[in-house]
Amino acid sequence: MNDSALQVQGLRKVYANGKTALDGVDLQVSKGAFHALLGPNGAGKSTLINILADIVRPTSGLAKMFGRDVFHERAWCKRHLGVVPQEVAFDPFFSPVEVLRITSGLFGRKPDDAWINELLDRLGLAEHAHKNTRQLSGGMRRRLLVAQALVHRPSLVVLDEPTAGVDVELRRSLWAFMRELNRSGTTILLTTHYLEEAEQLCDHVTIIDGGRVVADQSMRELMEVVAGRYLYLGYGDDFELSEADARALSAFRPRVMSGGICLRLGGQGSEGHGFHQVYEAAVSRLGIPRKVEIRQEDLEDVFIRLTGRARHERSRA
Amino acid sequence: MRPLNPYGTWTLFLRETRRFLKVHMQTIVAPALTALLYVLIFRYAMGARSVPGLDVDYLTFLIPGLVMMSMLQNAFANTSSSIIVGKVMNVHIYLLMAPLSAMEIILALVASAVVRAFIVAVAILAALWVFVDIPLSSVSLIMLYGLCGSMLMGGLGIIAGIWAEKFDDIALINNFVIMPLTFLSGVFYSVAQLPPFWQQINRYNPFFYLIDGFRHGFVGVGDTDPHASIGLVAGATTICILACWQLWRTGWRMKP
Ligand SMILES: Nc1ncnc2c1ncn2[C@@H]1O[C@H](COP(=O)(O)OP(=O)(O)O)[C@@H](O)[C@H]1O
Ligand SMILES: [Mg+2]
Repeated sequence: MNDSALQVQGLRKVYANGKTALDGVDLQVSKGAFHALLGPNGAGKSTLINILADIVRPTSGLAKMFGRDVFHERAWCKRHLGVVPQEVAFDPFFSPVEVLRITSGLFGRKPDDAWINELLDRLGLAEHAHKNTRQLSGGMRRRLLVAQALVHRPSLVVLDEPTAGVDVELRRSLWAFMRELNRSGTTILLTTHYLEEAEQLCDHVTIIDGGRVVADQSMRELMEVVAGRYLYLGYGDDFELSEADARALSAFRPRVMSGGICLRLGGQGSEGHGFHQVYEAAVSRLGIPRKVEIRQEDLEDVFIRLTGRARHERSRA
Repeated sequence: MRPLNPYGTWTLFLRETRRFLKVHMQTIVAPALTALLYVLIFRYAMGARSVPGLDVDYLTFLIPGLVMMSMLQNAFANTSSSIIVGKVMNVHIYLLMAPLSAMEIILALVASAVVRAFIVAVAILAALWVFVDIPLSSVSLIMLYGLCGSMLMGGLGIIAGIWAEKFDDIALINNFVIMPLTFLSGVFYSVAQLPPFWQQINRYNPFFYLIDGFRHGFVGVGDTDPHASIGLVAGATTICILACWQLWRTGWRMKP
């Protein structure tokens, strides 16, 4: 309890248009964690984050930051929270340096120029520090948002898709920076579409879908227990799965992937289908494959399996 | 820790002030020039006529009204444009995310609007002083009415900004509410010259009291008793600021 940076209980949000974006979400982020919040588009990730940031009003539920009630001790919690919003925001009147000095001031901190320069430097904005924000590219504006979230040295940093539109090089350096911050004690909650990176960076994962939590585990546990193995059978680029075949193989949750098909094998702790059973069932319907591989599911596979997207893809196949 | 953030409030005030100073051609020079053009035009149109019922010449009567009108319009423009630009550019979220209370935000925004209004007023007066002899009857009345007027309009600008979804919405309020009320309120004439119906309407027009009281501070005469209506004007200003505060607290039109 006491060592959680963030605790959300039964959080619900129904927007004015009647859309239920969060349908009773529980989330606990431990102090010092690098926590991934994943989910398909429209899952409710941004809604959750924006409620914490006080940009969106909650319908009901509780949230605590470092043991303090977010909705009642707003000022305290805001000083300790840094949010990178998903939507780009920039002040057309000021330069990055000015924006950072202002943001620091708004959070009640005299601007610390050494820290501001370090942020600009680490985020690849040093050269553009005195340009008008209007002259910055989309990727630069997004990096400025990251700097703004960090300028008041928050203990909890929440990043909502911080790398959309940021190129590979800078993405890497951003992750290195986040990792460093995390090592020095900052708790980080991250949403991203780059699941491979989330898998490498994060030690805990919460997956939400349709405003509900569908998985909440340590990354290790998720990858060892939930992530199973699957059999990949390659048939060539023009491979298509007929509906009859899909039905016949449905016990193995077939998924079409790069000129072949993926079929689930039993993982530790999940229902078991042995290699031979799966292989023979597949061959009897689809013929002898050109390529056979046994693969371990990565986070992307688990994600697809756990969220609505798996159902969606199966029905398309 | 008490939830007070004076440094944040000060920063917001500075941000708002620097914002309009950066574009001073639009925010100070242009309004001052407009006022000067009015004076020039009326100077030639009206000559040295004096205002019926009041013992002042027309130009001396006109100038304080014009100054106040500019103050009111600029105070309104400052807060309303700040909020609508914020919404359109999505930067308003930094006001929402910052540890600032609704009252601190309203105070910072209104204070900056007041500063802009006074800078515009000084710019107009300084330019006119060269050509026209402007009397100063009561500096405290001038300050009091100037302050109330720009606070009231700064507040109304906040409400308009909160309500608006795009720039056009602000222009709409400007053209259909602010402009008619200021023109009706006796900038260019004594309301005693108006037909009785419009005089009656003006009794409920806050701009009328603001402009008349402000002008009283310069010329020492007017349509109302400025000491009697100061309570009314201060009351309207207080109600307006409280309304802003309440609106901001609820998150209406700012937070989905
Ligand atoms: N302001 C809003 N008004 C109405 N519905 C909204 C609003 N913002 C988001 N939604 C809806 O709420 C759901 C969750 O959205 P969001 O939190 O942005 O998801 P995510 O960030 O996971 O993609 C979506 O269906 C979205 O369309
Ligand atoms: Mg989102």
